[in-house]
Amino acid sequence: MSRAQARATVPVTIDGRQVKAVDGERILDLARREGVPIPTLCDLEGLSVHGGCRLCLVEVGEGARLHPACGTEISEDQQIRTDSPTLRDHRRRIVELLFAEGNHVCSVCVSNGSCELQTLATETGVDHIHYELEHPRHDVDASHPLFSLDRERCVLCTRCVRVCDEIEGAAVWDITQRGGESRLVAEMDVPWGEATSCTSCGKCVQVCPTGALSRRGSATGEMRHDPQIAAFLARAREHGEWIDRPPAPNGDGPRSGPKAGGS
Amino acid sequence: MDLRFTDAEPTAQERDLIEATVPRVEVVEHPGRVVRGGHDARSQRHLLLPALAAVQAGIGHVSEGALMEICRRLTVPPAEAYGVASFYALISTEPRPPRIAHLCDDVGCGPFGADEVIAEVQRRLGPAGASTDGSGWARSPCLGQCDRAPAAYLQRAGQEDAVVAGADVSDVDHLVAALDDHPVTAPAVTVPQQGEPGLRLLARIGSVDPTSLVDHRVHGGGEALRRALELGPDGVRAEVATANLRGRGGAAFPTAVKWDAVAAHDDPKYLICNADESEPGTFKDRVLLEGDPYRLLEAMTIAAYATGCRIGYLYVRGEYPVATRRLADAIATSRQAGLLGDDVAGAGFAFDVELRRGQGAYICGEETALMESIEGHRGEPRNKPPFPTDTGLFGRPTVVNNVETLLNVTDIVLEGGQAFAELGTRDSTGTRLFCLSGAIAVPGVYEVTYGETLGALLERAGGVTGELAAVLLGGAAGSFVTAEHLDVPLTFEATRERGLALGSGVVMPFDAGTDLGRVVARIAAFFRDETCGQCVPCRVGVVRQEEALVRYLSNGRETVELELLGDIDRAMTDASICGLGQTAASAVRSAIAQRLV
Ligand SMILES: Cc1cc2nc3c(=O)[nH]c(=O)nc-3n(C[C@H](O)[C@H](O)[C@H](O)COP(=O)(O)O)c2cc1C
Ligand code: SF4
Ligand code: FES
Repeated sequence: MSRAQARATVPVTIDGRQVKAVDGERILDLARREGVPIPTLCDLEGLSVHGGCRLCLVEVGEGARLHPACGTEISEDQQIRTDSPTLRDHRRRIVELLFAEGNHVCSVCVSNGSCELQTLATETGVDHIHYELEHPRHDVDASHPLFSLDRERCVLCTRCVRVCDEIEGAAVWDITQRGGESRLVAEMDVPWGEATSCTSCGKCVQVCPTGALSRRGSATGEMRHDPQIAAFLARAREHGEWIDRPPAPNGDGPRSGPKAGGS
Repeated sequence: MDLRFTDAEPTAQERDLIEATVPRVEVVEHPGRVVRGGHDARSQRHLLLPALAAVQAGIGHVSEGALMEICRRLTVPPAEAYGVASFYALISTEPRPPRIAHLCDDVGCGPFGADEVIAEVQRRLGPAGASTDGSGWARSPCLGQCDRAPAAYLQRAGQEDAVVAGADVSDVDHLVAALDDHPVTAPAVTVPQQGEPGLRLLARIGSVDPTSLVDHRVHGGGEALRRALELGPDGVRAEVATANLRGRGGAAFPTAVKWDAVAAHDDPKYLICNADESEPGTFKDRVLLEGDPYRLLEAMTIAAYATGCRIGYLYVRGEYPVATRRLADAIATSRQAGLLGDDVAGAGFAFDVELRRGQGAYICGEETALMESIEGHRGEPRNKPPFPTDTGLFGRPTVVNNVETLLNVTDIVLEGGQAFAELGTRDSTGTRLFCLSGAIAVPGVYEVTYGETLGALLERAGGVTGELAAVLLGGAAGSFVTAEHLDVPLTFEATRERGLALGSGVVMPFDAGTDLGRVVARIAAFFRDETCGQCVPCRVGVVRQEEALVRYLSNGRETVELELLGDIDRAMTDASICGLGQTAASAVRSAIAQRLV
């Protein structure tokens, strides 16, 4: 039994429906259990909360204040609305802004068909980018023997930073600079292949929502990510169970937990 | 977790600078890697920013070897330390000229002499970032010296940093010479109302010697603390509640509510004095810090006593060297005198203050970003809730208050909350400091009892020079107002009613000769430069806002741009994590709505 289940249940209202929530759980967990869809991008089960993409905003309480479902704990008698014209507008705008910031040309992307940004665009009804496209110019980092990084497709969700830090324990990645200059870098901005802390475990590639991190040699549309790996490993670690897991879609993702001695 | 460090080594000088900030903690080392097991080393993570700042100040940049040495000592992954170092404008991970003049080109300086100065400096020293005999320059956001515009902050490796302003900057010969090696003497702190009866927060500015504990006592210092000890912690909080004191840092939150919440929690808990003042047009806290540092320490001590905090952090803006030195001296002297330490004033409670310097990031004034910064992380605001009073610094309950808010506390305990509440209006009690600069006859910090109108305040400061076009009220995060608003009383409630905010007390008039389009564009550029970038609506929104605005201004004010600006405004205002994104469209929106641009 997980820790959450041991806690008291409290009544809350989600989209007009009275439901029982576990005291202290996140709005997102509750919504998922209740089958209520809330779009997310930076959130990933198994990793710490980031709360930066703002796609999971929901309206809470009388004043319909916006709170991120991924980072907000439920509280008794909370009134939650996960869908409204305002929320739909915001979600569409956010996805549009992301498209404008990078070079997301799906037709030539390794992750075409396995991209969460692409799916979100469909779900939120983005059919046009009103903003001028920024067309950033970054060199592809193809210095690693197995993987490559294309920063023009990076949405700065920090999933890779978190999975590497929290699950693999290698802390290869972080964000450098700030604001519109923010960039994902390995160690002190070295080519990935020269980052001695990288164990080549590939977890960052598995959890990447777009085509920013991919396996080398993937052709257009060939890359299949496996973000659920994070939840699997986090659960396995919590319960100390290392059962075998079916292979990842491409057959070469990590199949077991961190090396002995990993944190 | 295993950490891998490269073998990049610091120079002897860098090692000494780091040694002085981060005492070495033994960690179990294997060749090439360090076991991140040493709790003692990890618990020193909060020394990351001070260590980076020490190397930056000594050498002029932080080399890979120095950064790696800091990582080894604190067991911080290199990627994280690099992410932190590169977050701050005053820290450079690349070699740069050892002497840099950060020239303010913000709203209070650009139209008031800075543009000409920058053109001349560029002629002499070359383009921004280049080095001429070790001297270079960079553009800077507001330096908190707007009453002495134009302003420059001099960052000089191996020498004391300094601020020069006014004629010392306009005279570019003097500026360049000062950058080279002149010791810069801090001018006396003055306020236009000096000597007027009825001043409270400013009463001692200019008359008390800010460098002397003795003079602090001669001017009544210590009496408020004695009175607080008589009242007891609950009594002090009750007076602050009766006084209806609200925060002066921008959000106007009732101070007693925060204090009560933290008082109810167990140790450890923390007090933070927010002295990061970086809102363009704001300089009131600087005047208080430079002019009356002992009173602030006394106020912090009372706040800590009332809330049960044993440790206070005073986070002062990096570009305030004079304030920093005076505060450091005042803290050291107070410790020697037994006013800080294990047994404060012999009253049987412990409290000490740690001084922290910002390193060039407006966002670190946001209270949760400030906590991240103290903890040694990138200054990225946290989602709220949880609120700092429950989960704040190091995950513990924390009171955060602005400098001006805290200074009010000495009078409140001395006179009682009731007397304070009788000043001003029902919802806006006491007095308020306003920062007047721009097209005004006598710029400076003014203290007025809540209720004075905007027009009366401008008259008090000698009136607008030239024909009034607009006033920036509340800072870059505030709004533009016009002659139609001169009758607005400057209270929380009256401004709210008109859709305005007092913010940090900025009142910056512009005359009809000023190109307001440039002013508004500068504000948009400010937010573009200062967003932390962690949340999408703000990170992308501020870039898009600036672009659309510039196009709007140059392409004959097309309505398509207005639609885009409105769209971006809604996304940023509603969906951003923190107050920066939530207010980044405010000034632009108000300028367009009133057809000022
Ligand atoms: C972007 C941003 C910058 C801020 N900068 C400051 C600042 O420099 N000084 C300050 O006191 N408060 C600043 N604040 C407000 C603080 O978050 C916080 O509300 C305040 O320090 C609380 O103190 P008070 O209640 O005494 O006002 C800022 C807020 C935001 C969103
Ligand atoms: S609103 Fe802007 S400054 Fe605030 S957290 Fe988001 S990106 Fe950072
Ligand atoms: S110091 Fe230049 S605008 Fe404030």
